[in-house]
Amino acid sequence: MNETYAAIEKRAARSARIRKFLTYLLLVFWALLVLFPFYWMILTSVKSYGAYNTEYIPKFYTLSPTLQNYIEAFTAVSLGRYFWNTLLFTVVTTALMMAVIIPAAFAFSRLEFKGKNIVFALFLSLMMIPSELVIITNFVTITNWGLRNSYLGLILPSVTSVFYIYLLKENFEQIPDELYKAAKVDGTSDLKYLLRVVLPISRPTIVTVVILKVIECWNSYVWPRLITDDPFYFLVSNGIQEIRENGFGRENIPAMMAAVVVISVPLIVLFLIFRKKIMEGVSRGGTKG
Amino acid sequence: MKLVLDQLTKTFPNRNKKGPDVVAVNSFTFEIPDGTLVGLLGPSGCGKSTTLNLISGLERPTSGRILFGDEDVTELPPENRGVGLVFQNYALYPHLTVRQNILFPLQNLKGDARPSKEEMLRKADEAARLVQIDWLMDRKPSELSGGQQQRVAIARALVKMPRVLLLDEPLSNLDARLRLQTREEIRRIQRETGITTIFVTHDQEEAMSISDLIVVMSDGVVQQIGPPQSVYDHPDNLFVAKFLGTPPINVFTGEVKDGWLTLGEDRVLKLQGAPEGAVTVGVRPEGFRIDAEGPFRCGLKAVEVMGRDTSVVGTHPACQSETFRGIIPSEDRDGAAGDTVRFSLKPNKIHLFDPATEAVLRDWSVAP
Amino acid sequence: MKTQWKAWLYLLPAVAFLGVFMVYPLVDVLVYSFEEGYNFASQSYSGVGLFNYSYVLHDPYFLQAVKNTFLIVIITVPLSTGLALLISLGLSSIRKLRDLFQTVFFLPYVTNTLAVGLVFMILFKKTAYTDGMVNLLIQFFGGTGVDFIEGPYWAKMFVMCFYTIWVVMPFKILILTSALASVNQVYYNAARIDGTPRWRMFTRITLPMISPMIFYLVITGFIGAFKAYSDEVALFGTNLNAAGMNTIVGYVYDMLYGNSGGYPSFASAAALILFAIVFTITCINLLISRNNVQY
Repeated sequence: MNETYAAIEKRAARSARIRKFLTYLLLVFWALLVLFPFYWMILTSVKSYGAYNTEYIPKFYTLSPTLQNYIEAFTAVSLGRYFWNTLLFTVVTTALMMAVIIPAAFAFSRLEFKGKNIVFALFLSLMMIPSELVIITNFVTITNWGLRNSYLGLILPSVTSVFYIYLLKENFEQIPDELYKAAKVDGTSDLKYLLRVVLPISRPTIVTVVILKVIECWNSYVWPRLITDDPFYFLVSNGIQEIRENGFGRENIPAMMAAVVVISVPLIVLFLIFRKKIMEGVSRGGTKG
Repeated sequence: MKLVLDQLTKTFPNRNKKGPDVVAVNSFTFEIPDGTLVGLLGPSGCGKSTTLNLISGLERPTSGRILFGDEDVTELPPENRGVGLVFQNYALYPHLTVRQNILFPLQNLKGDARPSKEEMLRKADEAARLVQIDWLMDRKPSELSGGQQQRVAIARALVKMPRVLLLDEPLSNLDARLRLQTREEIRRIQRETGITTIFVTHDQEEAMSISDLIVVMSDGVVQQIGPPQSVYDHPDNLFVAKFLGTPPINVFTGEVKDGWLTLGEDRVLKLQGAPEGAVTVGVRPEGFRIDAEGPFRCGLKAVEVMGRDTSVVGTHPACQSETFRGIIPSEDRDGAAGDTVRFSLKPNKIHLFDPATEAVLRDWSVAP
Repeated sequence: MKTQWKAWLYLLPAVAFLGVFMVYPLVDVLVYSFEEGYNFASQSYSGVGLFNYSYVLHDPYFLQAVKNTFLIVIITVPLSTGLALLISLGLSSIRKLRDLFQTVFFLPYVTNTLAVGLVFMILFKKTAYTDGMVNLLIQFFGGTGVDFIEGPYWAKMFVMCFYTIWVVMPFKILILTSALASVNQVYYNAARIDGTPRWRMFTRITLPMISPMIFYLVITGFIGAFKAYSDEVALFGTNLNAAGMNTIVGYVYDMLYGNSGGYPSFASAAALILFAIVFTITCINLLISRNNVQY
């Protein structure tokens, strides 16, 4: 009998090994697929223009890396300008949005007023409206206000998000009632309670929202493209598109790749630093595509 | 099915990697006769759940053997052991109906062992009738009460006629009233099926009330095995004596002097054959008898009437805790008034332990 | 009463912004879509009716965009969800290197789609100077190269779907991995005791337990894929109509970019048609999921 058990175990061990091998094969395959474009863009960005164009069969490595393309990227096109615009856009939009949505979420979660439920239901129903539907009128509105090609025009339509209000409200509601009552007994005003108690306690969620919004801002393309045609106000996404279609001359691909690397690096660094936070935040409240 | 555990040991690596291995179960040796209901009893963390997992095959022993009948199953994976396991929180599949849950184990069978469809349904119905939930077959687990879920879990474990049935804390998720009912139910089901059954519990009353045998464990080591009443009446050591019984046994620091068992200044009992010197004395609450002439003189702290019985809370200098508690028939409670009270002690409710080893001292009797 | 007034003060900024940039546009877009012959410069229109809709529905560019969008949806949603499920299962079955894999798999989420799209374009493009990486691979395995960026329709559609899947995978893997992790281990123990075969464990326990999340991914996947646009721009440039790779959303925006302020009426009509399609499909999805998500 003992042999039978041994045989069972042996068979199980073998199929477990095969399964493990296949699993790792799949994971490594997908990891390569994900990483290869990154590798390729970095590799190409350090190849010299001349070297790249003589490689009919592109090489997987280079022996004479150069930073010339990066210099090119910042001088031949106004990459620095795009970068600065995006940074400004991201910081101001995110800050303004937090200033708008935190009080709103606080009002919904803690304050009592007539019609709260109805107003909140209306807010929620707005979550189902796709941005494609309202962008047309916003485009017209901003144009009529004379805000095309201005920071204000870029920023204004993106400073509210029903979804983030909802996310924050849910989080604020988890703070025990007792804290609010205690604060009231001590004569703390609502605003002070919000700043001194609610915000510190909800910091993780607030950080999550900030991170998600920063990613969204950094990658936003559609609205900036509609509202700006003056390269002075381009964000990096539009900049990249501009570079692709008009910059460097169509064939200077190494310089293009240098620009792509420069644009991609900030978010990747941010991600590597806040990896846990970002992944947790996205699984709680993010969507893409 | 007779079940034999032979020198069963399980160690886990320490969570702090540098620390020594943690011994969850330490050379557990025990032979469970066919058709008995065994209660595995001990405080939480004593290794009783690990023992259950070893028997079910969810975990592999570090050393030792497990035999079902004459068959060595130590190296066998759980699915080949033919055990039924009822989990503490039942582990009913929430997306399946009661019937589908009960059918689930049968549908896993392969080849000749696999019954026909009608046969499966018949077996499922039979199991459901046995635990009296046959009228709930089309509900989902979320629509059932805790007690009903428990029954479904038992039916699911029984449907494939396991050689051994294991229950992990079967009553801990039920409210007090249901607990009483369900433990009778477990007893009845076990009797009707005759399946060797082991259940794990930290509640000594639960184990005492329905088991044929109880196993008391502490720190991975078996402390005592035996029929409940006999373990209660003849504890092997202080741990077992303390762990069994509510209210718990009262522990005193005593001494055997000139053949007299002495508690503080009180010479309570004349003994024969007991070694002279210090002893630890355990007195069951029901071992106190109110006696105006009794040798055991105590301070009286409180009298709590609990219907049929009365609980007397007293103080005594030799007592190892602040107070001790005696249970007396309510009709005797008139004797307990004022600041002091005197008791005589019932010899068969007194246990003597070696103060160093905490092992029981047996070779004594009351002098005539 | 004072607190009432104060509460509204807290809400005011949000209400103001949403009013101007969401509620008003919602009404406005309907109005636009029925105003015929709207002229942006003079802000005048010649009549009210369904002409905008009929124009859009007869516009070959729009029809091409609808076809492209539907193809992208039908191809990428099932493929990406299935692949993500497979990868997540793999991920949750290993211990070693798990964190590393998870980090790598998530990278596309935090990259600029426009930027990486450019890399994909270079990898797939065939020029006078080089056939491009992918074509060299194909030739290595004995196939014939093809220009995926400016070549035949099927090739362009292939890159399109490939890139879309690449972009949406991180989110799906993340959601499914955490869904798998949240299935209580006790069910697997119970199933093991009953000798449940691996495949049956997957179909009868794992799959039903994570089915709510799978449906969530399918629904958001459908909605997302219907709104495909910037990935297309990344690969094929802004002139999507010329490339024959436009999408419905792309069509809407193209209608807005004109020198004279574009054609907001046509854009509105197209946007509303898109909304109707997405709404219908989402409702169908929800109906199916109500009948199939098991608990």
